[in-house]
Amino acid sequence: MLAAAGVVAGGLALSGCTVPSFGASPGDTTSSRSVFHLWQGFSIGALIIGGLVVALIVWAVVRYRRHGERIPDQHQYHIPLEMTYTIVPILIVLGLFAATMVVENKEVANPRTNVRIDVNAFQWGWKFTYPGSNAVVVGQTTQAPTMVMPVDTNVHINLTSSDVVHGFYVKAFNFSRYALPGVLNQFTLRAVATGTFFGQCTQLCGLYHSLMWFNVKVVTPSQYTAWLASFHGSAAATAAAAAAAAVRQQTSSLVPTKLATTTGTH
Amino acid sequence: MVDVLERPATLAEPPHEAHGPTGLLKWLTTTDHKVIGLSYTVTAVIMMVIGGALAEIIRAQLASPNGTLVSLAQFNELFTMHGSVMIYLFAGPFAFGALANIIVPIQIGAPDMAFPRLNALSYWLYLTGAITMLSGFFTAGGAANFGWVGYAPLSNSLNTPGAGADLWIGGLLLTGFSAIFTGVNLVATIFYLRAPGMTMFRMPIFTWNLLVTAILILLAFPVLTAGLIMLYADRHFGTHIFSVAGGGVPVLWQHIFWFWGHPEVYILALPFFGMVTEIIAVFSRKPVFGYKGMVFATISIAALSLGVWAHHMFTTGVVLLPFFSMMSLLIAVPTGIKIFNWIGTMWRGEIWFSTAMLMALGFLVTFLIGGLTGIYLASPPLDFFTHDTYFVVAHFHSVVMALVLAGMAGLYYWGPKFTGYLLNETIGKVQFWFLFVGTQVFTLPLYLLGLRGMPRRMAVYPHDPQWQFLNDLSSVGAILIGVSTLLFVANLVVSWKRYPAGDNPWDGQTLEWFTTSPPPHHNFYRLPPIRSERPTWDHNHPDHRALPHGHRVEAPE
Amino acid sequence: MRVEARFLLSLGLFFGIVGLIYWLWSGEDAGGVMLGAAMLLGFLPGGYYYYWSRRMRPRPEDDPQATTASGSGVVGAFPGSSIWPFTLGMGAFFTVLALVFGIWLLVPGLGLVTWALFGGVAESRRGGGV
Repeated sequence: MLAAAGVVAGGLALSGCTVPSFGASPGDTTSSRSVFHLWQGFSIGALIIGGLVVALIVWAVVRYRRHGERIPDQHQYHIPLEMTYTIVPILIVLGLFAATMVVENKEVANPRTNVRIDVNAFQWGWKFTYPGSNAVVVGQTTQAPTMVMPVDTNVHINLTSSDVVHGFYVKAFNFSRYALPGVLNQFTLRAVATGTFFGQCTQLCGLYHSLMWFNVKVVTPSQYTAWLASFHGSAAATAAAAAAAAVRQQTSSLVPTKLATTTGTH
Repeated sequence: MVDVLERPATLAEPPHEAHGPTGLLKWLTTTDHKVIGLSYTVTAVIMMVIGGALAEIIRAQLASPNGTLVSLAQFNELFTMHGSVMIYLFAGPFAFGALANIIVPIQIGAPDMAFPRLNALSYWLYLTGAITMLSGFFTAGGAANFGWVGYAPLSNSLNTPGAGADLWIGGLLLTGFSAIFTGVNLVATIFYLRAPGMTMFRMPIFTWNLLVTAILILLAFPVLTAGLIMLYADRHFGTHIFSVAGGGVPVLWQHIFWFWGHPEVYILALPFFGMVTEIIAVFSRKPVFGYKGMVFATISIAALSLGVWAHHMFTTGVVLLPFFSMMSLLIAVPTGIKIFNWIGTMWRGEIWFSTAMLMALGFLVTFLIGGLTGIYLASPPLDFFTHDTYFVVAHFHSVVMALVLAGMAGLYYWGPKFTGYLLNETIGKVQFWFLFVGTQVFTLPLYLLGLRGMPRRMAVYPHDPQWQFLNDLSSVGAILIGVSTLLFVANLVVSWKRYPAGDNPWDGQTLEWFTTSPPPHHNFYRLPPIRSERPTWDHNHPDHRALPHGHRVEAPE
Repeated sequence: MRVEARFLLSLGLFFGIVGLIYWLWSGEDAGGVMLGAAMLLGFLPGGYYYYWSRRMRPRPEDDPQATTASGSGVVGAFPGSSIWPFTLGMGAFFTVLALVFGIWLLVPGLGLVTWALFGGVAESRRGGGV
């Protein structure tokens, strides 16, 4: 059974594009792709089992409608049948668990890497700090700060929260993680395509929870290096910090009453 | 008055009726489990209507990306109170306080609950708890607004000052004690007041499920109560149990909350599973298929449900993923056994499609959807992907709407027993179709919304107007569900004392159908011999007893 | 009585085993403590029922062949109606409101609770009366 699950998962990985997506999308990181294949595998299983059960219900409903006052056979037990539908689901569950563990172990692994971003969530915005450089990006609510990261590179994220529980969620990465006060949450993202992706807070964090937005911009490694370099020089750093502070102050005193319909970027 | 009851062999006719006060004083002083159960039922249905009204406002707000019906602050109050009312004030009390209170003692041949005055106290704590929680809307700062899960530190006094949050805690303390007392009462009743011959393995599945529910209540609710007291202490006594600043641990609240919260899911669900089991058996004219398997499946679900709490916390990054994933996936096995046993009960039966049976079938299909999507969420990578999106919202709304269908089935099935009058079947069937179709139109788009990245608890979604269509579709479903609720109320009015039920309108199998409708004070004046879990059926159809345990089904002729 | 005892003891045993595995594997204390408490909640009443199941004659409700007549006798004393649950409930209500609106509400709250407790106990001893 485990082997069969492995074969199914492997087969799915190879033929991912021919299997329906079941509403999800492959996403743009290595993990998001394997999560997507796991999603497809679970969906196929769910459809088979769900279809079987619905067929049984429909058959029973159509075939055994009451016709008269006849009293049917009063059978109550069928031990082999009951054993079957106890043991088969256990095997299916073990298969699902094995497939889960394969994907999960890859997803939660933190390989060594040189690229590190410290992400700090606060009410109601995000601060992206790049250790080893002067780069700091801060923004609140609909100003949506942009986290810049290189493509095809393991990016180590250190996620923290300054106040309440927030959720770091990027739909295109098929991934979310809580930002917890007092906890350092670490994970690794490896984007496989460049582009700008929308992210937002998913864990209720108070008044402007719906508007706690950010963007993730995946660029080529050379663009990334250049972007980091643009923050060099102490004057620039001071200016950036001052600008960030100003942004914070401004947005905390003046939160948009009429909601912007466009996503601002830095 | 205290009645010292002797259990007579038989009486020729019903004993004299209940004595004591009448009118309002009767309601205030009653200790009769049937009257208390009826009070519970009426109060819980009112709570369902209130919670439903809050849901309709939420759906109206979300019908456009920049909804301006309510403010951001009001929206947070709305979904917090919608969830709180539905879980704490409707589903729970309806599951173990309403029909259970009326039916369980009768099903085991008991004259009342073991502790009638404690039972009355449970109701008063529930009612005052509900009033306490809802009165938050009338305070200056508004009702609680930190979600029905009240995650720390959002729920501390710094982030959520004001009386609304304290009233939420106070209301939960009262309803929590109410639940604990009901749990004690149910266990004592089932262990000590069964009729002669009613062995444990002859109790109807509904009673078994309520016993297991009561044990779960006793295991889980004290944890919530303790957590709430800690939360209150953090808010007002300067402790730092859940705040980082004083060396506390915010995640501890999530552990405590979900250690109650996941068993609570089964505290809500198991009674409804029991109702559906009884209803499917009666309307298929067959015994429950795999009765013992059903009992062990229920016990397994309860046992496993205490070891899965952190699957609500997969994305915290601080819980043991494989353990909770495996335990959560395993719950699918006993749940699957139940579903197959329900189908086995219908198999080669003679199915009567009364409203109650239709509702039970609607439950089966809806619960199947909710159950299968639950298996996805037991897998941490898929949970990272869908956590706190509308996929989760859709999943648990499929489950709880299935429970609503089952609860309606229970009201149509047992209502005649405790009122003496049937409900109108035609209106009931129309109501069923509105409720069933409405549920699917309401939940299915939400799954897609979640997969397209819409997080839950969003008052507005201006950055992705494409979400609007699915939201609108879901709102249409919510309207259909609202219509079905109105139809139910209309049915109550139309059927008021109109269609006398008789003692046993459905050819019921268990003891409650042996006594009169409504049952006399202290329920029985005679009892049949109890030789199986279907004493009434055995009495009415002596030639059609269930085939003995281990008996193989013959090949179809 | 024997089935009841086995039911509770096996639940306790299950929580004990699961709790131990969880606590050793995760090292997380809150869950270990809560599962341990769940184990005790299985063992405590389970042990009580086990003790009595060994010492008392099988009750009619545990006898598959029992007839209605074998169960005749006093079932118990059931209060017909009583105002004290309502009084106690109101006392609890005011006590909880004291948590929100001010300590002075404890006066009616605890007052009603005390009155109801005395009243309820007196009612039981007297054997009746609203």
